[in-house]
Amino acid sequence: MTQLPPPSSVKLGLVIDLDTCVGCHACVVSCKGWNTENYGAPLADEDPYGADPVGTFLNRVHSYEIQPDEGAAQLVHFPKSCLHCEDAPCVTVCPTGASYKRAEDGIVLVNESDCIGCGLCAWACPYGAREMDVAEKVMKKCTLCVDRIYNENLPEEDRVPACVRTCPAGARHFGDLGDPDSDVSQLVAERGGLDLMPEQGTKPVNKYLPPRPRDKAPEYDILAPYLEPVTDTPKGFVGWLDRALSALPGGE
Amino acid sequence: MANGQPDLDLSPKISDEIRQTTCYMCACRCGINVHMKAGADGKKKVAYIEGNRDHPVNKGVLCAKGSAGIMQVNAPSRLRAPLKRVGPRGSGEFEEISWDEALQIATDWLAPLRAEAPEKLAFFTGRDQSQSFTSLWAQSFGTPNYAAHGGFCSVNMAAAGIYTMGGAFWEFGQPDWDRTKLFLLFGVAEDHDSNPIKMGIGKIKERGARMIGINPIRSGYNAVADDWLGITPGTDGLLILSLIHCLMKAGRIDLDYLARFTNASCLVNEDPDSPQNGLLLRDEEGEPQVIDRRTGKLAPWNGAGVEPDLSATWRHKGVTHRPVLHHMADRYLSDDYAPEAVADRCGIPARRIRAVAGEIARVAFDEAITLDREWTDFRGVTHKTMVGRPVSMHAMRGISAHSNGFQTCRALHMLQILIGSVETPGGMRFKPPYPKPATAHPKPHCKVTPGAPLDGPHLGYPHGPDDLCLTDDGRPARIDKAFSWENPMSAHGLMHMVISNAHAGDPYRIDTLFMYMANMSWNSSMNTSGTMKMLTDTDENGEYVIPRIIYSDAYSSEMVAYADLILPDTTYLERHDCISLLDRPICEADAVADAIRWPVVEPDRDVRGFQSMLCDLGARLGLPGFVNDDGSQKYADYADYITNHIRRPGIGPLAGWRMGETGLQDGRGNPNEGQIDSYIANGGFWMSHVPGEAAFYKPFNTAYQDWAVKMGFYDSPQPYIFQLWSEPMRRFQLAAEGEGVRQPPDHLRARIAATMDPLPIWYAPMSEALEDDGAYPVHALTQRPMAMYHSWGTQNAWLRQIHGHNPLYLPTKIWEANGFAEGDWARVTSPHGKITVPVAHMAALNEDTVWTWNAIGKRKGAWALDDDAPEATKGFLLNHLIHELLPPKGDGMRWSNSDPITGQAAWFDLRVKIEKAPAPAEAKPALPPIKSPVGRGPRSLAWKVGS
Amino acid sequence: MHPAPSVIIFTSLSGLGFGLLFWLGLGVLAPTGWVAFVFFVIAYLLAVGGLLASTFHLGHPERALKAFTQWRSSWLSREAWASVAALIVMALYGAGLVFFGTRIALLGWIGALLSIGTVLTTSMIYAQIRAVPRWHHWSTPAMFLSFSLAGGALLAGEIMIALPLLAIAGTIQVYTWIDGDSRLARSGTDIASATGLGTTGTVRAFEPPHTGTNYLLREFVHVIGRKHSRNLRVIALASGFGVPILLMLLPFSHMLAALAVLFHLAGLFASRWLFFAEAEHVVGLYYGKR
Ligand SMILES: Nc1nc2c(c(=O)[nH]1)N[C@H]1C(S)=C(S)[C@@H](COP(=O)(O)OP(=O)(O)OC[C@H]3O[C@@H](n4cnc5c(=O)[nH]c(N)nc54)[C@H](O)[C@@H]3O)O[C@H]1N2
Ligand SMILES: Nc1nc2c(c(=O)[nH]1)N[C@H]1C(S)=C(S)[C@@H](COP(=O)(O)OP(=O)(O)OC[C@H]3O[C@@H](n4cnc5c(=O)[nH]c(N)nc54)[C@H](O)[C@@H]3O)O[C@H]1N2
Ligand code: SF4
Ligand code: SF4
Ligand code: SF4
Ligand code: SF4
Ligand code: SF4
Ligand SMILES: [Mo]
Repeated sequence: MTQLPPPSSVKLGLVIDLDTCVGCHACVVSCKGWNTENYGAPLADEDPYGADPVGTFLNRVHSYEIQPDEGAAQLVHFPKSCLHCEDAPCVTVCPTGASYKRAEDGIVLVNESDCIGCGLCAWACPYGAREMDVAEKVMKKCTLCVDRIYNENLPEEDRVPACVRTCPAGARHFGDLGDPDSDVSQLVAERGGLDLMPEQGTKPVNKYLPPRPRDKAPEYDILAPYLEPVTDTPKGFVGWLDRALSALPGGE
Repeated sequence: MANGQPDLDLSPKISDEIRQTTCYMCACRCGINVHMKAGADGKKKVAYIEGNRDHPVNKGVLCAKGSAGIMQVNAPSRLRAPLKRVGPRGSGEFEEISWDEALQIATDWLAPLRAEAPEKLAFFTGRDQSQSFTSLWAQSFGTPNYAAHGGFCSVNMAAAGIYTMGGAFWEFGQPDWDRTKLFLLFGVAEDHDSNPIKMGIGKIKERGARMIGINPIRSGYNAVADDWLGITPGTDGLLILSLIHCLMKAGRIDLDYLARFTNASCLVNEDPDSPQNGLLLRDEEGEPQVIDRRTGKLAPWNGAGVEPDLSATWRHKGVTHRPVLHHMADRYLSDDYAPEAVADRCGIPARRIRAVAGEIARVAFDEAITLDREWTDFRGVTHKTMVGRPVSMHAMRGISAHSNGFQTCRALHMLQILIGSVETPGGMRFKPPYPKPATAHPKPHCKVTPGAPLDGPHLGYPHGPDDLCLTDDGRPARIDKAFSWENPMSAHGLMHMVISNAHAGDPYRIDTLFMYMANMSWNSSMNTSGTMKMLTDTDENGEYVIPRIIYSDAYSSEMVAYADLILPDTTYLERHDCISLLDRPICEADAVADAIRWPVVEPDRDVRGFQSMLCDLGARLGLPGFVNDDGSQKYADYADYITNHIRRPGIGPLAGWRMGETGLQDGRGNPNEGQIDSYIANGGFWMSHVPGEAAFYKPFNTAYQDWAVKMGFYDSPQPYIFQLWSEPMRRFQLAAEGEGVRQPPDHLRARIAATMDPLPIWYAPMSEALEDDGAYPVHALTQRPMAMYHSWGTQNAWLRQIHGHNPLYLPTKIWEANGFAEGDWARVTSPHGKITVPVAHMAALNEDTVWTWNAIGKRKGAWALDDDAPEATKGFLLNHLIHELLPPKGDGMRWSNSDPITGQAAWFDLRVKIEKAPAPAEAKPALPPIKSPVGRGPRSLAWKVGS
Repeated sequence: MHPAPSVIIFTSLSGLGFGLLFWLGLGVLAPTGWVAFVFFVIAYLLAVGGLLASTFHLGHPERALKAFTQWRSSWLSREAWASVAALIVMALYGAGLVFFGTRIALLGWIGALLSIGTVLTTSMIYAQIRAVPRWHHWSTPAMFLSFSLAGGALLAGEIMIALPLLAIAGTIQVYTWIDGDSRLARSGTDIASATGLGTTGTVRAFEPPHTGTNYLLREFVHVIGRKHSRNLRVIALASGFGVPILLMLLPFSHMLAALAVLFHLAGLFASRWLFFAEAEHVVGLYYGKR
């Protein structure tokens, strides 16, 4: 199924709130845990206790510094996993059909038993969302927890990706971005959700909510009335206290 | 193949069984679902760990460490059997021995001490969560030398909270996340309440409420804060007092709240001739006096219907006695606290300070929230509504781990209280069994009787010189010098001074150092290299200066190598534990809760739960409380203790499913043999909700007080008011002024008089007066990485990939001034030592501050890592630069690098200088490897239990 | 991109081999008997050896047959088809020349087309990767094709064809370097678009997601020094094109021709090494690297 299926009306994906992500890596590790035990081969680690540990992770949290023209530098934590692109170049380059995009919900998956481990799909992905497993030598990527989201062995509320369920700050949202009325689509609309590397033409399904403007506290001028002095001296304060207290309910 | 796609099993079986217990990877203690699957050998193994949705703490979420628990339980670094040292201390050469032999050795060492000089045992536990149990053991043994890690952690925050308002943060209190509109976060990178804080920040963000981060470093929580104040370390006290200045000057304070619920209305004895000078005026019953607005006369603070007056004064013997609030006005309206006066020192422009004050004022009073909930206060006055000031604050070690931290924490609480935002909607809320005033806590005890228990609990809250732990000649009675004049209010002890004092024989020598769960030869000590020397130092006879060291760890940590006898613990999924209301519970503002751990897997090694082991050792030593009348062992194991121990009538370690007259009940009751099973069936925890009318104003609310009595937190209602004016502190100050019989040594007089001010003050960190500003101009800090727990995350194959080494982050100013480039190294020098470490650039940083992640650097050979692991070759500890003593100041004394009030270790007072250095082969100091008692880890890992 | 020896060897050798097959198929030289045998053996060793080398970097070479299934969209799959078809057709054609001394022209032309087509498919594997702006350009197939044709002609000993083709290939090579150097910058993809954070200010990668390395960094991030790269370019150009041209301008001798081929091969390896090593995958932007 290397060719892309016709665009599905259901487009499942993640919305990641960069205003809220505290960079705790919880999503990284729960993803590692879930996908080690579930879908396909375990996510292996080479030299796990040595000089150069290298493991497969399907989700990684970067951090960036932004220096605005004026004011203090800012820091943004930036989780990144597969964006389940509509025009997924990783799928079309795959020679074996191991990489495919599901026709029904747009999830991009690797059928590991067909994968020859050529790595080409990882080359084609501009986002670095695919990693060749060090032990199994097959391509690994975010499955959008396809083995959770429809899983009837899980309680309804748990049918979300592992990373979404675990995110302590609630910075990760899962839903149907093909439905303009879904919670995630609404969130994207309200908060100006954006695509990563739109110029690459991949049409990512996942969206990122930009950080809200920082260091934009109301200037003191606006707040000054709140600090209008009632006094300048301790003595004046006691005088004010008398007046203020009598104004309280029960005051004379 | 549908649509030519492979057929997927969209509903694979998740696991064979879910076992619910409590996470242990930090003090947050989230509920976890441990998914078990049968492995290849048919045995059930841990397959996946996720958060428990029903759990009060984490409500389903789980942090990185929690999810990585599976790599903790399979870590190659786990100790396998008791160890007896065979090589020199510090070499890591051991032989595995049987438990019988190990316990016999321990008994042979300890029994004579107990019979002759119990104080020669120093028993110190780390960040464990069974302090009510371990302290009982130590008390029964009879040594005064017991404490846990609080002294080097955040006793300033804890003690300032208890002394000021009867509760602190973490398990004691939290912002009202659901209602707050403005949240100020001071000096927090991660905190004990890790997941709740993240969840809370998430809620704030979801509502579009605002958050201000006050921190020299803008990472983590501070990175998502809407506003960031990159404060100069050690100056928060000034900033806070300046905010107080602005608010008081503008009259933006909650007078009604201050009058009724704080001692702002209490009258201060201002009679210079009185031995009570500076204390609160009291009546015959000893109750502090206020002026009742109804009568204009003196009345006790808690008299029925009394309406305390904040304004009226009282004249006696020609002296005017004024309410506390007047004293506050005297002090805080001073121009010394004007934003312009503090701006440079704090590194924050005056306009921004004013803007923050203005915003607090606006939100607290213009956006007040009112809940239509009637409640009755302890004076019998009924209030129709609950008025909330939706400004909340939270703080942690950034303000507490400085030597002015206690006063800074007090200042913060004063700020919260001034605007009426403690225990009101939208502000800060206590978690039952808190609030609980300092007076309701025990006082410290230190009376040693050979062969008998100590005269009472070790730790507590002194209220004046009489409560200090001193010998008859006025010297410190405890090895850590807690509750001595050096740090009178050291409520958690001073674990960081134990090794240094024991080595120096000051105040005396000990025989056995028994430690549990603290990596003292590495990241939890100041002066790490020095500590290793002290642990291995020998006297003129070639004997170790600290003769015997027993240690319990679960893993092959750096500390293991420095002990003579190792009692290997289980991992957290292999044992019983209890997270008790007697200790540090897991409650929420709206619910009281406690929890257990239970062996969801059986250990596959010859290890024993530490607490169970103590039950055995306690019985071998014949400790009262651990043996039956016939001398037989009282508690078979910790589970037995948890179920059957009785602290006070009706009160045991766990409050859920106790046995009542008519059946099971909450809170009070008799032991119930099925209690642990009930916990297991309920997901590992018990929870009971606070009634709605008791949910706020808890210290003053009769409904809450009654409910608390019913639950067994205390035996009669104990309402109190917040202590803006701290009498205990004033009592110490009075002593320093010469009042009273117990007098401080002369060399400490001036310091006590200056620092123990009953109203919050700011003074420069202690080290600053001693260190030449010019020579060490840069502040050096550490932060907790969210995905790593101190030293022990490193043995975790997943987590160490995230944090395998740590650069020193330098601000742009220092980066550019020294011409640093990526990949460079720097020599960092403090008055105490030098390290050479890799550097990296960070712009979002206070311009005079450098920092690194805490405890990433590791000793070669520890944690079953290879000797060339990056943790050991590039990773480093800042601790080498921090001394437990301040540099000599020429008075012949070495002053401890601690808060003079509580003894809190002043980690963050560190000042350094930075120079570019050629890249060495390894970070310096490079210490020789220790031998691993557990071998090395495997070369590859693909952990999958199910097929 | 990580300059994996297997891929460098594969693309270089198979390009040469298919280039030689192209000229053989076209009938520009039509040896027969033993001479033909030697030519075909050389061509097949290069082409098949290259293909074999390429399977070294497969994780699961045993499943290689599956790579034939996706010819509708995948250039790699098309390459598989094209190469096999070219090798079969050219084998038949070669058999005619070697064993029967006859040249079946039509078969030769088809084989030539398939051979050069294989080189095109190989080049398109790289050219299609938008995530590597340096490659995502018409000059990538132009370079592969011109190299293959020039190298093939050189191997075939067709000096008059090889000379201009080497000159053209060398020119294209220089063009790809000069133009390629700014393609990432011109691609519109930068750390700002990668993170979506550019509107607030200048974005800089702070902490990577893991302190250790990972597959992405090993595979896609390869930093080579500017000076190093300049030297290698000079070597690649001189050895791959300059020296062979000079050598061929000298009076013909087999020694010189063999030397020219060796120089060309060395230059080709250097060029291919640079082709990978200098190629910036945009994923590097996430790591603040190129
Ligand atoms: N520079 C600098 N140094 C600091 C700090 C700082 O901010 N900066 N912070 C200080 C603070 S607040 C603290 S609390 C200390 C923390 O310092 P420590 O408490 O020493 O920290 P850990 O590294 O967690 O060490 C605890 C030990 O417990 C062991 N352990 C883990 N699980 C178990 C178990 O189940 N049973 C047993 N028996 N042992 C177990 C671990 O293997 C480890 O050896 O560090 C202090 N040191
Ligand atoms: N993931 C994880 N969680 C942990 C731990 C862990 O090791 N890992 N350890 C646990 C333990 S034992 C503890 S004690 C807690 C500690 O929890 P935190 O107090 O959050 O711990 P630190 O990382 O020491 O953070 C101190 C913060 O204070 C800032 N700071 C330093 N000096 C100043 C100052 O003068 N003013 C202000 N405003 N800020 C300052 C530092 O920049 C840093 O952000 O965390 C607990 N939770
Ligand atoms: S993010 Fe990468 S792997 Fe995922 S669909 Fe897009 S191109 Fe493919
Ligand atoms: S690595 Fe596997 S999934 Fe990726 S392109 Fe090659 S065969 Fe397809
Ligand atoms: S959706 Fe599942 S696979 Fe994808 S990042 Fe989240 S946890 Fe990992
Ligand atoms: S779990 Fe949530 S807050 Fe933590 S790094 Fe992932 S997205 Fe960010
Ligand atoms: S915060 Fe993380 S490590 Fe701490 S108890 Fe919760 S899940 Fe465990
Ligand atoms: Mo701590």
